[in-house]
Amino acid sequence: MKQSAIIRTLIVDDEDLARQVIREMLKPHLDIEIVGECANGFDAVKMVAELKPDLMFLDVQMPKLDGFEVLELIGNDVAVIFATAYDEHAIRAFEVHAVDYLLKPFRAERLGDALKRAKQRVGVKPPASPEQLAATARSGEYAERMVVKDGTRVHIFPAAKLDYAEAQDDYVALASQGKKYLKQQTISSLEASLDPRNFVRIHRSYLVNLERVTRLEPYGKDSHVAILGDGSRLPVSRAGLTRLKEFLGEKG
Amino acid sequence: MHPILGHFRRLLLYLAAWGPISAILVYLFASAGGLSWGWAAALAIPLSLVYAFVCLSAWYTCRSFRLDNSTRWLGPLIASGVASLLWIAIAKGLTVGLSATPYFGPLDQQAGRIYSLLFGSGVLLYLTAVALHYVLLTNEAAHEATKRELQAQALARDSELKALKTQVNPHFIFNCLNSISALTSSDPATAREMCIRLAEFLRKTLGLGERSQITLREELELVHAYLSVEQMRFGARLKLEESVEPTVLVYSVPPLLLQPLVENAIRHGIATLTEGGWIRLEITNGEPGVLAIEVENNFDPEAPRRAGANIGLKNVRQRVDAMYAKQAKFDVSSKEGRFQVSMSLPAQQTA
Repeated sequence: MKQSAIIRTLIVDDEDLARQVIREMLKPHLDIEIVGECANGFDAVKMVAELKPDLMFLDVQMPKLDGFEVLELIGNDVAVIFATAYDEHAIRAFEVHAVDYLLKPFRAERLGDALKRAKQRVGVKPPASPEQLAATARSGEYAERMVVKDGTRVHIFPAAKLDYAEAQDDYVALASQGKKYLKQQTISSLEASLDPRNFVRIHRSYLVNLERVTRLEPYGKDSHVAILGDGSRLPVSRAGLTRLKEFLGEKG
Repeated sequence: MHPILGHFRRLLLYLAAWGPISAILVYLFASAGGLSWGWAAALAIPLSLVYAFVCLSAWYTCRSFRLDNSTRWLGPLIASGVASLLWIAIAKGLTVGLSATPYFGPLDQQAGRIYSLLFGSGVLLYLTAVALHYVLLTNEAAHEATKRELQAQALARDSELKALKTQVNPHFIFNCLNSISALTSSDPATAREMCIRLAEFLRKTLGLGERSQITLREELELVHAYLSVEQMRFGARLKLEESVEPTVLVYSVPPLLLQPLVENAIRHGIATLTEGGWIRLEITNGEPGVLAIEVENNFDPEAPRRAGANIGLKNVRQRVDAMYAKQAKFDVSSKEGRFQVSMSLPAQQTA
């Protein structure tokens, strides 16, 4: 990172005064340029897409999308400093490679320290993609809802409404109620984030919601297809068949 | 305390039961003992009265020989023999005494037979008394056990209530202090005002732990102090609609009954809405003797679930249940972006 470069910064917090204190503390740092401010997760995702900031101050509890969901959607081009009154999210914040975690209220010096760390980070991608870690770092809790970015729009639906997921290169296509949403995530990390009692990996490239499977049919010599309630046909590998039978047997 | 001697009405009942017994004795003395009716009555009636009191000693026998020990049946048996012998001795004394009076004259030779009669009936009567006392003792023990259980329940409930007493949510304080930190440079006067409001709220919550009931007026003051702080954080995003019947203010409620519900409405309602939201608080005198409380707010049904969801609500519900048991109703409903808590509590006033 070059010393002289300007760091384009976005401030995201639903409280006016909380944004104000960050703005004020950033004033002496001449290499920081505040390119935008917003008060909820939706706007944050949109502004990241439009403004492409280097650094973001992010609250955890906000309307629409929480801080972690925002992080999951924006990819890993932005260095993130969390600022929140809740210390219980700290571990998860570092697992998703946040630059720092500021506990409200904080001193200007503390914010200065966070900026120093951020300057080392800006432009350097963290080792693993944050959305992957965001999905797996929910400390034993499974995802309750799916968040997907489509351009500058954000779609949200409950995990129970996910019919199946299909791996497509670096993306995964999430099928829900006849629609498909593309998300930058590996199918393995998606699998890890979902409750294994409801979602089964039936194929290297397919993950299915057990409740949608209506029947299994043999296909060709060695494989099967799973037929879903909406008529979708998904390939089932031999290992997938064993897993699926195990679960369906348990249920029946 | 003796279960019969200690209660006057029981003693009267007990003595009344000896009436028929003495009548039977008179009959036995006259028919099997061969005494004249006059002698039979003169002996049997006072002897019954005396033995009635002798039999009360069965209480001590019962207490020293508890039923739970099966080999101790010998004790009451020996005691009954002793009591009967004592009874015979008294009878003998009485016969001698009566014989000396000119009215009765000397008792004939057959009188010896009544002693065996006395021994037999004495043992039987004493054992009956033992049985009666065992019943009374068992009753008393059962009564004691129930009393102890009730006391234990009351104690458990008290400690439960103490444990459930909500504390002020620390995140609220941290967020507040952050707002104050922001205001100190931009608007020092408002920062000071916010400090004062926060202090007022905190001061009101202090000492609530020691009290089991406060008036609704006090609880509402607490809610207002809390809201006056939150109003500074949320500004126009927070709207409050309040309608409280003035007559309800004197009723007592558990402390921190409403404040956590209002806080809940802010955390899970107002804070999820970008354009802000409303809280409706309504307290009325419902049916006679019933205090009806409703706290309603709007929220974003699609908002992410917040950490620690509904702990405050659960806590209030548990405290209401523990305090009023079935006398209270507590309902929670959530539909179409509206969340509502409605309670019916007994309208009580502490003296």
